[in-house]
Amino acid sequence: MTPAPGTSVFEGARIVDPSRGLDETGTLIVAGGRIAAAGAEALNQGAPEGAQRVDCTGLTIVPGLVDMRVHIEEPGGEHRETIASACEAAAAGGVTSIIMMPDTQPAIDDVALVEFVLRTARETGIVRVHPAAAITMGLRGAQMTEIGNLSAAGAVMFTDGRRTIANAAVMRRAMTYARDFGAVIAHHTADADLVGGGVMNEGLFASLLGLPGIAREAELLPLERDLRLARLTGAAYHAAKISCAMSADAIRAAKAQGLDVTAGASINHLCLNENDVGEYRTFFKLAPPLRHEDDRQAMIEALREGTLDVICSDHDPQDVDTKRLPFAEAEDGAVGLETMLSAALRLHHSGAVPLTRLIEAMSTAPARRLGLDAGTLAPGAPADFALVDLEAPFVLDPAQLKSLSKNTPFDGARLSGRTVRTVVGGRTVFCAPHGRGD
Amino acid sequence: MAGLAYPDIAALLDRADRAVEISRRRDKKTTTLRGLTQINLFFEASTRTQASFELAGKRLGADVMNMSVSASSVKKGETLIDTAMTLNAMHPDILIIRHGAAGAAALLARKVACSVINAGDGAHEHPTQALLDALTIRRHKGRLDGLTVAICGDILHSRVARSNIIALNTMGARVRAVGPSTLMPAGIAEMGAEHHARMADGIRGADVVMMLRLQRERMAGAFVPSVREYFRHYGLTGPILAHAGSDCLVMHPGPMNRGVEIASDIADGPQSVIEEQVEMGVAVRMAVMEALLDARKTERAPR
Repeated sequence: MTPAPGTSVFEGARIVDPSRGLDETGTLIVAGGRIAAAGAEALNQGAPEGAQRVDCTGLTIVPGLVDMRVHIEEPGGEHRETIASACEAAAAGGVTSIIMMPDTQPAIDDVALVEFVLRTARETGIVRVHPAAAITMGLRGAQMTEIGNLSAAGAVMFTDGRRTIANAAVMRRAMTYARDFGAVIAHHTADADLVGGGVMNEGLFASLLGLPGIAREAELLPLERDLRLARLTGAAYHAAKISCAMSADAIRAAKAQGLDVTAGASINHLCLNENDVGEYRTFFKLAPPLRHEDDRQAMIEALREGTLDVICSDHDPQDVDTKRLPFAEAEDGAVGLETMLSAALRLHHSGAVPLTRLIEAMSTAPARRLGLDAGTLAPGAPADFALVDLEAPFVLDPAQLKSLSKNTPFDGARLSGRTVRTVVGGRTVFCAPHGRGD
Repeated sequence: MAGLAYPDIAALLDRADRAVEISRRRDKKTTTLRGLTQINLFFEASTRTQASFELAGKRLGADVMNMSVSASSVKKGETLIDTAMTLNAMHPDILIIRHGAAGAAALLARKVACSVINAGDGAHEHPTQALLDALTIRRHKGRLDGLTVAICGDILHSRVARSNIIALNTMGARVRAVGPSTLMPAGIAEMGAEHHARMADGIRGADVVMMLRLQRERMAGAFVPSVREYFRHYGLTGPILAHAGSDCLVMHPGPMNRGVEIASDIADGPQSVIEEQVEMGVAVRMAVMEALLDARKTERAPR
């Protein structure tokens, strides 16, 4: 990222800053790459002289989104996504900080790999990229990684990515060890044996389609184990992507005990359900699988009440080779960096979840969980924010996606609201060709 | 060490002080244990402890026999009790036992008629090590009570740490246990040691830093991710040691892993008393044997 330009004034916008409980019409002033002021009173001292002024009437300014779960295939799968292309996609979706998952080839389990990611992001990326490092060497679930050295090198979180650590003793020691370094352990819980050959949510719909199902318990059992271990070890634990009502109940109970536990869910599980699979549409094949509508409603309720802390895109680029296959043979995963905000706004427009709460879950909460200097428009913070046209209607055209992979479940979806401009460190990294904000 | 009170330990250390003088003379031989038989029964290889006990016995005039049992009887399927009974029939006066299982010394003591000294049983206790550490500290600092001692490293698997925590607490010292939480036993606070996960915090203001050996098999990702990570965060180096006072003693029960738990320049540096610990080892073992067998003599006299 080049040095930030001088002073800019974004006037007349609705400013939503969950970190300060702020939702009002006002002005945001950027100086030296940082936020100088944001809110209704920002112009009380008058606009700084020589500042570039931007009329933002009708637009909303939110803190740049912090996407806590993004799979990027560099190194090892650059044809699906590179750090540079993921950053382009992120900027187009209002995402200013990416937490990059460690399941690359080779896996990010060594200081050299963390440094590679940071260097590549610095040289080619237009948004901030924070690597998450593996909990176990090679994501094999056996031997702990150098959590202390990796943290010092810049890993912001530890997770085995798509993998679940089956061995409870390994998990216990990693949690115990990570606690000494203040490191957050994030875990996607899926019991490999219970998942078995399952490819979609277990239930009537899977049975009618003749597809093997995945019981909710496959997610719940390792999650409950982890919560017990979090209690035993006092570790900072993040349930990376929960998808069903029972999991939300387990998190709620753990929080009631005062454990240092948070939970995230992908935007897909908040917006879609198993019926969307329809006629074996593989772009809806996800891990965990899309659940029943009742589960989706339970996730929304969990988000509203605060049991669910974080919404992530769970961006997982897959190419034609791995998706244009019979449903059971296709890979899991969907891209989401560019669509997370627009999809989440569905919940705002339907009245299901207040806008501030949505932005908090996509920005302030993940930043706070990982101790990042992001997710806020408070004076002094880095000027990472997005200008959003909340009402702009559009039909999603996968061809327009900047991601190298186009496996979006929102192909052809009607969405309202999109990013018109994204700013990282005071520098505009995305400007919508279709919108305003210049 | 459990079961020994302040005056017991103080008396043993006084006795050991006198034994140091004997060991420093040209004629190191005494007759205290003349005619008595000492058997060193080592089920685990330990060159330095075995040599230390052997020398201690010889300087006191005892007849010393070494048995490395791992090589012989165990392979033939003989149990600990069988071995003990066999030896008992040979009428030894003192048995020194080192065994990999916690409680082995206590088991043996119930089965044989002679005195038994525990030279290390599993992760339970290593009492003579704690005494020699206490002696080394007392000779340098002039006292034990009121001192702050930081024991650093693999507390979980360490008998040395357990015995030292007990002895130092009994003698009125403050004990800190420093190391990653994966290497801390449950209930460490109740054992009498304050846990610190960071070296700098753990040794700040300490009078003594006691490093523990990290076994190779613990390094490969089970308890600690790697040697280089361990050394970086838990190794004793110059900059880390600077957090303690310049008169802080550096100790290690040996054998050392240089570059794992301790940097070479510190191990050989001016604050290190590691070699002296070995000397004190012989003295303390002389003191312990003397104390045990003197008591037995007076006990037997009326018969």
